[in-house]
Amino acid sequence: MKNEGEAAKRPDNTAFTQQRLPAWQPILSAGIVIPSFLLIGLAFIGIGIGLFLTSQTIQVWEMDYTGFEKDSPCFRCTILSNQNCTCEVTFSLSTLFSVKSSYFPSDCSPYAYDSEKNPIVPCGAIANSIFNDTFELYQIINGTKKQVPLDGKGISWWTDYNIKYRNPSSVNSSFAKSFDGTVKPINWPKPAYELDLTDPNNNGFLNQDFLVWMRRAALPQFRKLYRRITDGDYAAGLPAGNYSLKVHYNYPVLSFDGRKKVVFSNVSWMGGKNDFLGIAYLVVGSLCVVMSVVMLVVYAKFKFSDDDDDA
Amino acid sequence: SCCNRFRTESISCGGDEKRVDSRTIYVGHRPCPDTEAFIPSKFCDNRIVSSKYTVWNFLPKNLFEQFRRIANFYFLIIFLVQVIVDTPTSPVTSGLPLFFVITVTAIKQGYEDWLRHKADKEVNKYPVTVLEDGRSVKKESEKIKVGDVVEVVEDETFPCDLILLQSSREDGTCFVTTASLDGESNHKTHYTVPDTEKDLQALTATIECEQPQPDLYKFVGRMHIYKQEQEPAVRSLGPENLLLKGATLKNTKKIYGVAVYTGMETKMALNYQGKSQKRSAVEKSINAFLLVYLCILISKAVVCTTLKYVWQSKEGQDEPWYNQKTQKEKDSNMYLKMFTDFLSFMVLFNFIIPVSMYVTVEMQKFLGSFFITWDKDFFDPEIQEGALVNTSDLNEELGQVEYVFTDKTGTLTQNNMEFIECCIDVHIICMLGFMCHFVCLFISIYQEKEELFLRALCLCHTVQVKEAGSEVLADQVDGIDGLLLQPEEERGFIASSPDEIALVKGAMKYGFTFLGLESKSMKIKNRQNDIEEYKLLHVLNFDPVRRRMSVIVQTTSGETLLFCKGADSSIFPRVRPEEVDRIRMHVERNATEGYRTLCVAYKQLSAEEYAMADTGLREARLALQDREEKLMAMYNQVEMGMSLIGATAVEDRLQEEAAETMEALQGAGMKVWVLTGDKMETAKSTCYACRLFQRGTELLELTVRTLEDERLKSWSTANQDYGFIIDGATLSLVMNPPRDADASQYKSLFLQICQNCTAVLCCRMAPLQKAQIVKMVKNSKGSPITLSIGDGANDVSMILEAHVGIGIKGKEGRQAVRNSDYAVPKLKHLKKLLLAHGHLYYVRIAHLVQYFFYKNLCFILPQFLYQFFCGYSQQPLYDAAYLTMYNICFTSMPILAYSLLEQHTSIEILLDNAALYREIANNAMLRWHPFLYWTVLGIFQGLMFFFGVRFLFSNPALQDNGQVFGNWSYGTIVFTVLVFTVTLKLALDTRHWTWINHFVIWGSLAFYVFFSFFWGGIIWPFLKQQRLYFVFANMLSSVSAWLVIIILILLSLLPEILLVVLRKPRGPHSRQVYFSLPFPLLSLNSSFLPYPSYFLIFSLIYILFCSSFILHHVLTRCDVTQSQPITRYLKLYSYVKQWLVSLLVAGLH
Repeated sequence: MKNEGEAAKRPDNTAFTQQRLPAWQPILSAGIVIPSFLLIGLAFIGIGIGLFLTSQTIQVWEMDYTGFEKDSPCFRCTILSNQNCTCEVTFSLSTLFSVKSSYFPSDCSPYAYDSEKNPIVPCGAIANSIFNDTFELYQIINGTKKQVPLDGKGISWWTDYNIKYRNPSSVNSSFAKSFDGTVKPINWPKPAYELDLTDPNNNGFLNQDFLVWMRRAALPQFRKLYRRITDGDYAAGLPAGNYSLKVHYNYPVLSFDGRKKVVFSNVSWMGGKNDFLGIAYLVVGSLCVVMSVVMLVVYAKFKFSDDDDDA
Repeated sequence: SCCNRFRTESISCGGDEKRVDSRTIYVGHRPCPDTEAFIPSKFCDNRIVSSKYTVWNFLPKNLFEQFRRIANFYFLIIFLVQVIVDTPTSPVTSGLPLFFVITVTAIKQGYEDWLRHKADKEVNKYPVTVLEDGRSVKKESEKIKVGDVVEVVEDETFPCDLILLQSSREDGTCFVTTASLDGESNHKTHYTVPDTEKDLQALTATIECEQPQPDLYKFVGRMHIYKQEQEPAVRSLGPENLLLKGATLKNTKKIYGVAVYTGMETKMALNYQGKSQKRSAVEKSINAFLLVYLCILISKAVVCTTLKYVWQSKEGQDEPWYNQKTQKEKDSNMYLKMFTDFLSFMVLFNFIIPVSMYVTVEMQKFLGSFFITWDKDFFDPEIQEGALVNTSDLNEELGQVEYVFTDKTGTLTQNNMEFIECCIDVHIICMLGFMCHFVCLFISIYQEKEELFLRALCLCHTVQVKEAGSEVLADQVDGIDGLLLQPEEERGFIASSPDEIALVKGAMKYGFTFLGLESKSMKIKNRQNDIEEYKLLHVLNFDPVRRRMSVIVQTTSGETLLFCKGADSSIFPRVRPEEVDRIRMHVERNATEGYRTLCVAYKQLSAEEYAMADTGLREARLALQDREEKLMAMYNQVEMGMSLIGATAVEDRLQEEAAETMEALQGAGMKVWVLTGDKMETAKSTCYACRLFQRGTELLELTVRTLEDERLKSWSTANQDYGFIIDGATLSLVMNPPRDADASQYKSLFLQICQNCTAVLCCRMAPLQKAQIVKMVKNSKGSPITLSIGDGANDVSMILEAHVGIGIKGKEGRQAVRNSDYAVPKLKHLKKLLLAHGHLYYVRIAHLVQYFFYKNLCFILPQFLYQFFCGYSQQPLYDAAYLTMYNICFTSMPILAYSLLEQHTSIEILLDNAALYREIANNAMLRWHPFLYWTVLGIFQGLMFFFGVRFLFSNPALQDNGQVFGNWSYGTIVFTVLVFTVTLKLALDTRHWTWINHFVIWGSLAFYVFFSFFWGGIIWPFLKQQRLYFVFANMLSSVSAWLVIIILILLSLLPEILLVVLRKPRGPHSRQVYFSLPFPLLSLNSSFLPYPSYFLIFSLIYILFCSSFILHHVLTRCDVTQSQPITRYLKLYSYVKQWLVSLLVAGLH
């Protein structure tokens, strides 16, 4: 009886209950810290150099074409010269607050129904305000214009095109019929099923431009991919020469002080041109190196005094 | 219900006219001839209800109680706002955590209540035997009504409070043990009401007694016994007639008693009501921080709302063509819109005040307290028990103690008494062989007096002889025979105070053996082995105010004698003055040696004197009102003009390691006050023995003795340590000064002296005075944290009063343990409890709190900054799943593990270097400096996260195929950096990596990655938008995103890494570092960060508060001036002296 009570009441003598679990106590001695700082610093400098050089090789040509009138001096500039790159054409908008909360695709109001209560498809403010300027690029060879083919395939996320968005199935083998009873968004010139008349697979919700637009930008100044130049004679890049860019100007931005730009650029493994990362890595890397040197000096100095104290 | 009625009664004492002071009970429900109408009054039934809820009212009542907590209510409001107002984040984000918190708490409380229900049921359904119309009827315990005659057999507990009517023992007594009530395991004798009839069926009586009150040891009543054709007889009832519910019947075959208090009105039930909740200082800090964060939250919402309307007032921005307003928006009132916008912002930023912190803090406290109960160092093999945790709310308070109030007897000392010597008039009997010498020398002269003295020791007590074995000898006569056969050494005594046993045993060594008390006659075996018999007439009980007890006995020859023993101060004024001086010298000498001394006196009562005393005592005992006062007056009257026989000295040994413990506590910067009821000399010597007073300590005495001395010592100013001694009489003068004196001035003067002394000794304290002192210190400037430790019932008041009450599982019953917050078997355990457990828990919880605020600040700051980039449209930066899961899943486990397992310094080192305790004194880790540090850190990291990604997104084409990232990618990158940074920050702070830490830290990071893949990898049918669909996977496919995440984590942690590197590791061989707080404030100067502007602000604030810290430190150092206690003491001395001397003069003459 007594023994039982004793066994029940006596605390367990385990490492856990006695707070004696074996534990690793990290002690950052100079022997570990200084070399690791040095190593991290050197690695960062290396990455930084790589990033910076890559970023430098990326060529960017951009032009702000907001509010160009037919008589403005740059209306027919011969613009491109000495370019030789695989180009991506992007457009860039600024101060368009595409991430406003009322700009939700889910909450379509006030773009859910038209005045006759017909549902708008695709609904919502984002879809309604789709960027609808179009660009045509010509190379001017000996005075004649040769159109540069712009590839619109694969500019949106693969998952968006293949999984996330679905078109309604055709009614009576007519894709347009499946949109019966709906109306096009107010600002759209054409209904969704006629977005791309040349390619039947690029219509409805599965239009590449539409999908790019529907992936909302994070910031009020943003750029989005418009086309790639990958085909034909230009597969290896735009050769140096004179080019002409024809803009179908539809998208009003001046009312909210917005600007529009068109950007020609190539991309690398790190994406578009961005000096920030390279510089950041270089700075942090050299910081680490400097600190390791400082620490080395400090430790070298204080180690002796420590020894004196101990002795 | 009845208990409610009782509460209202006790509250509305003065006003309620219906309230009656006493109740009348008809024994066996039989009407009495005297009363004209038999009105059975309504009393509550015998059901015990300790549960709070029923099945029906559980949900509403529990919810109501939970939402009364301010934090829960706040979260409920936020949730309701989210439901009602159209806000960007779904109500789920705040509803789910709140639901979780509420459910967990409800389940815990429900379970506890279920246990209470079960216990109640067990008690209420217990079968009892009730006498009804001459028959014994089995009933359930809950059916007992007031007035029922209940039968209880041996080893059963009493089902309600009973007045003992009849006992199976011949002498009309019964023995009970109140172990479950107050833990005193000794057998207490209770008496039947004298002269009641043997036939209970024929008994017609009423009992008039006071209304129920919680004091276990007080009961006043009167019984009227009606006999045919006779005047009703009146008997007084006292606590000795009352059997309490919860006590157990022992040594008695069966008893009959009449129920007087039932159910919730029993003394036991009344005692279990309402123990006030103690709150820790950490909780106050949390509330203060919460207010700061609430201000931050509101100002953020105000800033955003204002800027939104400022921005919208610009042309073209209020309603751009791409984002027109709905009809509803156009129609609604501008101010109403502003208000709803404000609410929406509040909801968006409300995560800054973490719901989960409360859960984590509660869990940490609850789970953490197990480490105290599990600690095998607290296990005492002698009593087979370890530490007991009564409340887990105060774990961290153990690390903050500034004042320790300790009892002396049983706490500092073992309460294991040994009779050392006695002095009879002039000669001393020593235990160790000197005896013969003295006795031979004086035997002829003093033999008679010596025998008288020893008889006095044998008679003047309340000791019982322990009956051998658990099987009680039924017949008392046989019992005595049996006892006589036993060897004398094995004779056991039971008494409420160990002093008495020591004295009786002492007398036994000199040949006078106490054989026992039986039907009011005491038997003594004298040196000649003859049995002397004395008739016990009266016992004038011991009480701490009189500090003495007496018995009146009658010898066989018919002499009536009064023996009195008590403290010297209470005996000396009552004996002939010429006898005093001779004894006093010895008493004082014994006291300085650390012995407990008692004086013994006697008086022969003439027949008239006795008759007067007898009637006086009986009348006083019968009085229904002011019985205590009347008894006291009577006692004082009887105990007069005695003659002194001698004095005794009993040694009370120090507890194991008492001195080491006290030294450690003082080394840890705690001020130790000894509060004792004992004599000054005894207490002082104990203090010296415990090393509370050192040789070099200057003692400032403020006692009756020193005031009578008429001269003051001169003090050397070189000394640094002061000890202060004050006694009860002087203290009451200081605390409750005469009206015309400047009261508060001297009270604060007294406090100032005490605070500048390393040790304070308060002797001759009444229990209430102990609490008074604790309260005074508790409420003094800076409200220091107090701890009381004691073992006896007289310490309960101070245990309840102090911030932390510690009970010692000692010999004086369990009352202290029951009322304490923590109970340990021995005093020496206090050292580990405070220095190791308290210290660790404080560091853990302080870090937990700061970390929680920090991680939510850098969680929400990017969300706030994002509003400037989205037109103040309340667009959340993070996905709802991340918002919800951040505090629940991603970052909660590592900090919980940290707060349970962290040992920033190992337990051994904490125990060896008591001074380490000073580092966390004054709530060091939760003051505004460290709070500011954590806040600045949070702001710095929040800025880093947001703007780092912002610069990256100046070109959102982050993939090698030129595809661009959108806003959810932006949020996910920020969130990834956030989760990794705050978790790694904790990893940097962790000094004690057990496998659990490894598991939860790396595990929760892995869980985050896994969850993100999972959440983004499936089209969730219940979601309207698949916002995060493949966002995380796409992010990982971008090299730039990887690189930015890595560099941002490193950059955010760089200051912290530098701190860790530059911090001196505190190993067993490392020396003390000047600044060895968990974050050394001075060592950041060498770090440098690439964002000059942020870093500038960061380091400016840093330097600012470093310098203020140093300044503060330097200033507080200079403040300690050594001469102050003396000047203050002299001032107080002259004041007290003036009053006390005049009072003493008035009192003596």
